[in-house]
Amino acid sequence: MIPEKALAANIKAKRKNDKAILNLQRTFCYIVLVLISIICLFSFYILIINSTRSHPDIQKGFSMLPGGSLFYNIKNIMSNENLPVLSGILNSIFISACVAVLSTYFSALTAYGIHVYNFKLKKIAYTFILLIMMVPTQVSALGFIQLMRSFSLMDSFVPLIVPSIAAPIVFFFMVKYMESVLPVEIVEAARIDGAGEFHTFNRIVLPIMKPALAVQAIFTFVNAWNNYFIPALIINSADKKTLPILMAQLGARTF
Amino acid sequence: MNASVIPKKRIKSISYAKWGYIFIAPFFLTFAIFSLIPLISTIYNSFFENYMVGLKQVGPTFVGLQNYETILSNGDLIKYFSNTMIIWILGFIPQILISLLLSAWFTDLRLRLRTSFFKRIIYMPNLIMAAAFSMLFFALFSDNGPVNNILMSMGMQSPYQFLYTTEGTRGLIVLMNFLMWFGNTTILLMAGVMGIDNALFESAQIDGARPWQVFRKVTLPLLKPILIYVLITSMIGGIQLFDVAQILTNSEGTPDRMSMTLIMYLNKHLFSKNYGLAGAVSVLLFIVTGVLSFIVFRTVGGGKKEKGEVK
Repeated sequence: MIPEKALAANIKAKRKNDKAILNLQRTFCYIVLVLISIICLFSFYILIINSTRSHPDIQKGFSMLPGGSLFYNIKNIMSNENLPVLSGILNSIFISACVAVLSTYFSALTAYGIHVYNFKLKKIAYTFILLIMMVPTQVSALGFIQLMRSFSLMDSFVPLIVPSIAAPIVFFFMVKYMESVLPVEIVEAARIDGAGEFHTFNRIVLPIMKPALAVQAIFTFVNAWNNYFIPALIINSADKKTLPILMAQLGARTF
Repeated sequence: MNASVIPKKRIKSISYAKWGYIFIAPFFLTFAIFSLIPLISTIYNSFFENYMVGLKQVGPTFVGLQNYETILSNGDLIKYFSNTMIIWILGFIPQILISLLLSAWFTDLRLRLRTSFFKRIIYMPNLIMAAAFSMLFFALFSDNGPVNNILMSMGMQSPYQFLYTTEGTRGLIVLMNFLMWFGNTTILLMAGVMGIDNALFESAQIDGARPWQVFRKVTLPLLKPILIYVLITSMIGGIQLFDVAQILTNSEGTPDRMSMTLIMYLNKHLFSKNYGLAGAVSVLLFIVTGVLSFIVFRTVGGGKKEKGEVK
């Protein structure tokens, strides 16, 4: 009787000990996470605080408390004719939304083509896309600009939006996702029910792909929103400028 | 035998190959128009002398490899290449370590942390525009900015001129890149860890493996494909590093062009409309990226093959 009891007590104590260690670890993790979060949020906080302070104030020093010139700053930036912020925001939203839609849809389409169908050039096409994933877009920027000039597409949104149909990195992600969630049997079932190939893709495959589409839509939207290199080379007229160009312009002038 | 089997198959199944081509056609068409033709014309351009002096257009005249000689002879490209790689590596190592640690914590079955809040927070810096981010850092770390104020009040004699020292400027670029991208990497790695079969972790635990052992012997090997993906995409991003440095140093790569990256160099030639030199820089950049990717694939993929052979 007695040894059994002692054993039980021993196990209990050990469990308690384990639990204490686990709690300690958990607390440690949370402390580190909170610190990291503070670092991440700090830049947001400063951005917001600085937007409420006047330029001389910001130059003078650093403050954790908001100032009183938010409306003055907003009025100032809205009335500046060289910095069409409103149209900049609209341009950026329009371009990023188009890029997000086009690149996710067509990447899914291409990935579907590679994943579901068997054709002679399939392997070559797949390897080729993986290879071009490595080529930085900037490498062909020179030829790109010259080509756009000869198409007389300079200073328009087309060169910023249409090329996003070919997005190797998004494609790569889509293929990997299809491999894990899309059995070919579903496609075959749809065929037996008499669905056309495009109908199958749009009505059956796309809904299954929703999580991947959402993730990549967010990533591509953010990338397009932050893109500076190509827009800065393509766009000239003030009313077509996107936000990053305006930001850079503002930065160059103020400092 | 074979000959009689093949026709039978053909009769049995309808060929859908046509549809495969139709589905991948838009991608390849767009790629051909907007990337392949420009790439070829960039290579073509690199053999011509073609620039503006004031308003006068010089060229285009064929000069063979002279553009390459100009660029390779003054050693700038090597300097900018080493700048770029130093900045990338300094940023990548802490980024992958912290991302691995965080993704291990987030997916730990024993710890059961409440993660959804933190996951969102660490991705947030990625949403700030690089231009806004670098302007913010410019203000924070300028000579009479808040960081220097704090340092001075802590007893420093003169402000540390972050933007006039090599280490300072590079450090800032590295820090910004790190802040902007570690959340993204963490989310990718987490997706990878969550794809690993839970039974493996559980059986390791039952066998009495410590958390560190589980991480080293179970998580890391199975995470290898995702790690390779992260390494390669990060390397591509590192070579393409441009806007953070461009805006922080006002496109000068100050001090003494020690924070000038490859793409900034290319951008400089594109902006001054020296198309010959820009073409040559592009081609060299293309070669450099190709070689680096090849090395990465070779070292990483080679290991995989060896394992397959042993089996």
